[in-house]
Amino acid sequence: MSAPLASPRARQSPGRESSASQRMTYREALRLALREEMARDERVFLMGEEVGLFEGAYKVSAGLLAEFGPERVRDTPISEEGFLGAGVGAAMLGQRPVVEIMTLNFLLVAMDQVVNHAAKVRAMFGGKVGCPLVIRSPGGAGNQLTAQHSQSFEGWLAGTPGLKVLAPANPADAKGLLKAAIRDEDPVLVLENLPIYKEKGDVPLDPEHVTPIGRAAIAREGTDITLVAHSFATVRSLEVAERLAERHGVSAEVVDLRSLRPLDVQTVAESVVKTSRAVCVEEGWPSYGVTAELAARIQSACFDDLDAPVERVGMAEVPLPYAKSLELAAMPGVERIEAAVLHTLGIS
Amino acid sequence: MSVVARSAHAPAGASPERPVAETPPVAETLASAEALAGHLASYEQMWLIRLFEEEAERQYKAARIGGYCHLSSGQEACTVAAVGAMREHDVLITGYRCHGFALARGVPPGEVMAELFGRSDGCARGRGGSMHLLDVERGFLGGWGIVGGQLPVATGAALGLVRRGRTAAVLCEMGDGAVNIGAFHESLNLAALWQLPIVYLIVNNEYGMGTSVQRASAEPELYRRAAAFRMHGERVDGDDIDAVSEAADRLLSRARTDRVPAVLEAVTYRYRGHSVADAGLAYRSREEIDARRREDPIERLGRRLIEMGAEEAELQQARARAQEAVVEAVVFAEQSPEPALDGLAHGVYAKGSDVQFERMRPGSPFGEQELVFGGGLGR
Repeated sequence: MSAPLASPRARQSPGRESSASQRMTYREALRLALREEMARDERVFLMGEEVGLFEGAYKVSAGLLAEFGPERVRDTPISEEGFLGAGVGAAMLGQRPVVEIMTLNFLLVAMDQVVNHAAKVRAMFGGKVGCPLVIRSPGGAGNQLTAQHSQSFEGWLAGTPGLKVLAPANPADAKGLLKAAIRDEDPVLVLENLPIYKEKGDVPLDPEHVTPIGRAAIAREGTDITLVAHSFATVRSLEVAERLAERHGVSAEVVDLRSLRPLDVQTVAESVVKTSRAVCVEEGWPSYGVTAELAARIQSACFDDLDAPVERVGMAEVPLPYAKSLELAAMPGVERIEAAVLHTLGIS
Repeated sequence: MSVVARSAHAPAGASPERPVAETPPVAETLASAEALAGHLASYEQMWLIRLFEEEAERQYKAARIGGYCHLSSGQEACTVAAVGAMREHDVLITGYRCHGFALARGVPPGEVMAELFGRSDGCARGRGGSMHLLDVERGFLGGWGIVGGQLPVATGAALGLVRRGRTAAVLCEMGDGAVNIGAFHESLNLAALWQLPIVYLIVNNEYGMGTSVQRASAEPELYRRAAAFRMHGERVDGDDIDAVSEAADRLLSRARTDRVPAVLEAVTYRYRGHSVADAGLAYRSREEIDARRREDPIERLGRRLIEMGAEEAELQQARARAQEAVVEAVVFAEQSPEPALDGLAHGVYAKGSDVQFERMRPGSPFGEQELVFGGGLGR
């Protein structure tokens, strides 16, 4: 369709950015983003299992049903393919659906709609219609939820042209990136992480504060080695960086990717050129994963600057077992990241 | 919700014919003694499940059980009756609320509790936990964790039985929430089209997580969906052990001998939240739960047993035996060792697969550790 369907436009932003911020959890920051965007743009509506009456399986949407009503906070049956696909269609009609998939594992039930439909709309129809759909979903492991509920598919999703994939690691970016996703014209996946829902941080209160898509952040400055990570792996990498400083006098820089597709290769490369060493960390399986992509990009961009092979840390390549001790052994924990850094630095 | 037994699209001859001839008194006495013994056994099994679930909740709160833990208190009658209608070579496949089904199928309570504890003597060797119990010898091919994901698998198991020439059937359990997933419709269609020996048991406990059936299903009489596939469907009072037994026995028998699939909807109620982490009060009232508890299926069967001539002491002994089994299960689980850490990668692939993987080991020593962490795949 060439002419946009009649739909109310978003209200113009009210004014300048203010600098006020408030300490809140990752979960609350996501909720604030949803509230602000729903207040700003009446085309924005939520769909998902238990998002309304139950206030969200992980309480991200708490209070939104009461504030915005059941027309805009829609409880769905357990039918991910159906309601996610409904989001694709509504988005093609100019709405701004935000679909919550209770956990990333359940997104697999709807992958046909994500990969074969949402991701294809704009290109396959010659750019004549878009799909401004947002899919929010938490992934990750560490709560003994076992093989079917402890997965990370960032690499898989970020390897799909037509999708944009974001993965905030802190409350400020959770708010800023979710807002950016809702305002974007393309299908955007906002991949959250169960263990960091309760993490706290300072969050800008300005409703116009948006984290740009496709821009990584230097989460910690350093000179000896670059740790590249996203989401919970960033939280762990920052912890490792502190340990390395205390125990080994190592100055580690941590690049928080924030956006996986588009990927900010430039920020990563600039950091590695500075430090000459890189360890890439992810919570998913490393084979064919985000860290595989990073290693390829880094060797291509920084070949002459590297003093050691690019190292990768990820989940042990097994379906995650239930027993706590086995699960801990499989996960890319602080000890394994630290070991990889020391190995790369040649410190035994 | 009405729990009056109903059926839709019952093919001709579907209702069981009662023998008209008079039964001799001796046989009648024997039959009633057998019925009494059978009901007493069911009563004990129901207590085993109830007390096991209560113990699991205590152990979860004591942090000896982790992950998700979905309890089935209140649903014992349909669990015990449906599994009780299975024969030795039948196959059971369930969703993730599966403790009761495992116990009813005869999986030793100690192996179930050890699995919840994540120990090596658990029925899935500590790898599966609460949602992924199984017992291959007893034809229990798993608790599965993705809503509705077990339906195609169960349908294929029925196909497997047919291809192996077995006179056996699959009992496929699901919750009321599963009927809205695409796989439900795809599975029923395949089963009807290929005449597979399977009974889809919908345990309708009235809430899929926090969403009532009325809010989730445009046709809340779930058994009626079978009609869309010209399949027999019926609803029974899931808290009436006789009603479930009769229907499950009839439908499983027909599936075995005539390869006729069916849907059996058992209407029941879960006392606890969706999982231990859910208080279960955000979407239903305390009064509603209390009212349902007053119609408790175990007490109901207890009253029936007294009517049938059982002594109160027999009931108490049955409960005491169940309690003893739960205590022993905890001891067994406590004494079972934790899985060996160096076996992390064991069992991911079939034996011998490590040869196929040996050249995947990359040059970096650290990378090698990443890929074959735990000492080898498939050993």
